Amino acid sequence: MLSLPLSWYLMLSATLFVMGALGLLLRRNAIVAFMCVEVMLNAVNLTFIAFSKYHQDYTGQVFVFMVIAVAAAEAGIGLAMIVNMFRHKHSVQVDEATLLRH
Amino acid sequence: MQDIPIYEFTLLGWIALLPLLGAIFNGILGARLPRALVSTVAAGAMGVAFILSIVAVWTLFQGRFEGADGHTLYGALYHNVFTWFEVGSLRVDFELLLDPLSAVMILIITGVGFLIHVYSIGYMEGDRSWWRFFTYLNFFVFAMLMLVLGDNLVVLFLGWEGVGVASYLLIGFWYEDDEKASAGKKAFIVNRVGDFAVLLALFLLVIYAGSLSVVELREWASTLSPAQVTALGGVLTAICILLFIGCTGKSAQIPLFVWLPDAMAGPTPVSALIHAATMVTAGVYLIARLNFLFVLSPTAMTLIAVIGGLTAFFAATIGVVQNDIKKVLAYSTVSQLGFMFLAVGVGSFFAGVFHLMTHAFFKALLFLGAGSVIHGMHHEQDIRRMGGLKDYMPITRWTFLVGCLAIAGFPLFSGFFSKDEILWYTLANVHLLGGVNLSWFLWFLALGTAFLTAFYMFRLYFLTFEGECRADEKTRSHIHESPLAMTLPLVVLAVLAGFGGFVGIPPVLGNALGGLPNVMHDWLYQVIGPGEAFFAYRFEGYGMAWMSMAAATASGIGGIALAWLFYGKPSDVPGAMAEKAAAVHRILSNKYYVDEFYAATVGRGVTLLGRVCHRLVDELLIDTLLVNGTARLMGFLGSVLRVVQNGQVQRYVAFVFLGIAIILYLVLR
Amino acid sequence: MGAETIFFFLFGGGAILSTLGVLLSRNPINSAISLVVSFFFLAGIYAMLSAHLNAIMQIMVYAGAIMVLFVFVLMLLNFGDEEHEKPRLNPTQIISLLVGAALLIAMFSAATAFVDGSRQVFHPSMPPGFGGVEAIGHALLTSYVLPFEMAAVLLLVGIVGAVVVAKRRF
Repeated sequence: MLSLPLSWYLMLSATLFVMGALGLLLRRNAIVAFMCVEVMLNAVNLTFIAFSKYHQDYTGQVFVFMVIAVAAAEAGIGLAMIVNMFRHKHSVQVDEATLLRH
Repeated sequence: MQDIPIYEFTLLGWIALLPLLGAIFNGILGARLPRALVSTVAAGAMGVAFILSIVAVWTLFQGRFEGADGHTLYGALYHNVFTWFEVGSLRVDFELLLDPLSAVMILIITGVGFLIHVYSIGYMEGDRSWWRFFTYLNFFVFAMLMLVLGDNLVVLFLGWEGVGVASYLLIGFWYEDDEKASAGKKAFIVNRVGDFAVLLALFLLVIYAGSLSVVELREWASTLSPAQVTALGGVLTAICILLFIGCTGKSAQIPLFVWLPDAMAGPTPVSALIHAATMVTAGVYLIARLNFLFVLSPTAMTLIAVIGGLTAFFAATIGVVQNDIKKVLAYSTVSQLGFMFLAVGVGSFFAGVFHLMTHAFFKALLFLGAGSVIHGMHHEQDIRRMGGLKDYMPITRWTFLVGCLAIAGFPLFSGFFSKDEILWYTLANVHLLGGVNLSWFLWFLALGTAFLTAFYMFRLYFLTFEGECRADEKTRSHIHESPLAMTLPLVVLAVLAGFGGFVGIPPVLGNALGGLPNVMHDWLYQVIGPGEAFFAYRFEGYGMAWMSMAAATASGIGGIALAWLFYGKPSDVPGAMAEKAAAVHRILSNKYYVDEFYAATVGRGVTLLGRVCHRLVDELLIDTLLVNGTARLMGFLGSVLRVVQNGQVQRYVAFVFLGIAIILYLVLR
Repeated sequence: MGAETIFFFLFGGGAILSTLGVLLSRNPINSAISLVVSFFFLAGIYAMLSAHLNAIMQIMVYAGAIMVLFVFVLMLLNFGDEEHEKPRLNPTQIISLLVGAALLIAMFSAATAFVDGSRQVFHPSMPPGFGGVEAIGHALLTSYVLPFEMAAVLLLVGIVGAVVVAKRRF
């Protein structure tokens, strides 16, 4: 039953990660960009789980557990910041957050 | 020549350090401290340094012993403060040395320096930059002490440059006045020309002698065999002439004397201390210090004697027609310095140093007296608007008269003895390359100078102190004798100028008076003896010596008499003479057009060079290529890097990912 | 072709497609829905890899809680179709695409090179209960109890931080 090589999962993970990265780079809506970060986190989680199974070691899965906890905290704070930004600028366009540029 | 014992003596460092500490203290805190404290610190540092100098010289004196050749030797006090630097085989120690020659110098510097500090308290009263003045003055004394105490020529050169800086700062002391500021610059630049030559001479010494320590150089010179001296002749002459060029700069000789008259722009105490008593004599000191080197090059000695004689005469002729009280004294200083160089040039280092000392006394006295007059007349310096001051300023008048008598060589005043020595040695020496004819020529030149000196000094005296007062009513009502702080140094210096000559009674007189010793000569013998031993002098017995002395006295008194005839009472002779010899008068008034000549040649040339450098180096290389080029390059790099830093989060993140990709490649490779 | 292969392509393809939806849909709400779908597919893959607890957490925490938060915020701000990104290619986008390509190549080569070919296949037998609640819970509360507690603190801080940041004035 377990016949697929590890690299397939890794390549799936890489594909998802790059998609998330491209989304983060290209989408100007902060919330969507933020979702893309979640995609990237998930891609990394997939790698952890694949390796966990490959090595038959729990550590990877425990790490995923932690990543989900961090993602939850990050989502909470990140979204709060976006709400705040929207209050100030009435927009969530990433390229308008240039206050620190000048 | 037997070895001179050297004793360790730590106090030497303190003599030099005290004025420096005073300068640092006043330089940092002076602006915020009360005036009395500033001047007390400055003059106090000088006073203590003077006392320490006396202690040091006394210690030196205590160590006297009889040398192998029957002369009294004193050894030397020595203190190595630290090793300055060591490059290859050259080791330069920051070493101080006190031998009879530097002993004379430090006594003059700290003693006269102290008197002038005290005098300045009165003279500079009310000046806004009081503290700055004392800071510079203390700094000058420090540098001057470095110059005379330094055993290593590098230390000496440090002092040499230091006095140049101090001189520049003090000439341009009232820098708001453009003319005074540029007088300072002129002094500095002209001095630099000479300093450069000194530097070259030091390099040559390093190459050929391998050391810059005077003690070691002396050993080196004494071990040279006649064959070696012949072989090294060109180099030795080059070294001596280069050193002498430095001396012409520092001591205002032809051709670099032009800065000294302008240097009178500085406050009068400065003129007295720096441009009469101490700094300008540094050249004479340097030659006396290195006499063992100079005697190896007859060419250089002849050059020094001729330049000295010519400078003495020409400066004296200019001095005759000057109307500014300080300018007269300035040209007189140049002239007297010429005398000193004549003395060392004819091999009588003793006479040079002796005249240096008496000159320090009477010229400091004259300058301070002039300062007192200027102070009393509210900064009037033109002697045509003075006259009759003897009733207003009796102390100044009498002390000034003593100074005039001393410089004129009036019998038994200090200048008489030293000038007589110089004349005698000029006439008697046989080593000048031009032979006896040159000796006679220089002797007559010196005699003429002595006459002119007496003439213009008493012209100055009569115009200033005798006759009717020619000042306007307003000034006249304000004329007053100077305060005690100024008159006291005058009196002390007058005593020294009057009687200072008795330490160097010439053999001809000493013999006639029953074997009085020439104290000064015996004292200096240790340093200058080996140099003088090189020379032979003609004339047996004292006949020609009496003749020379009589001629000198006659020319001095003749000059005084002529001055009295012309200026002692109202007379139109000078005016008539000036009209008859209008061309001569014009040339003299314009100082032989030397300044104009320099401006037309050196000045124009340097301006041209400067313009070329400005166009090529400054505008093209530095401005366009380096400054703007750098800016443009940075601008270009910036515009490249701005792609990375455009302030958008996503751009930054993109490069983070790029970095990750690159790292991954590198890890996998 | 075994069942695993089928499920791999089913879930993997689904995840990629729905993630594409996240990237490409104009409306953020659609993006969010696509992301939830993507999370479901990924949960399937986790389950295939014997990570049962994580598969369930993926659905409950990620799809259930985090995404709900996203949707809440979207509805709260309510900017609807405001974002009309023109499909223009500005320098940032060009750079981003190039970087993405470079990253993809790097990661693919990493995926194939990191583990050598002969041992790429998973171990056939799994210990019983691998990836289950009991096994993970045991590991969390013994070996990893410190990170576990720290995660708890982190979440607390996250809650406080979110409240503070989102407050009207601060």
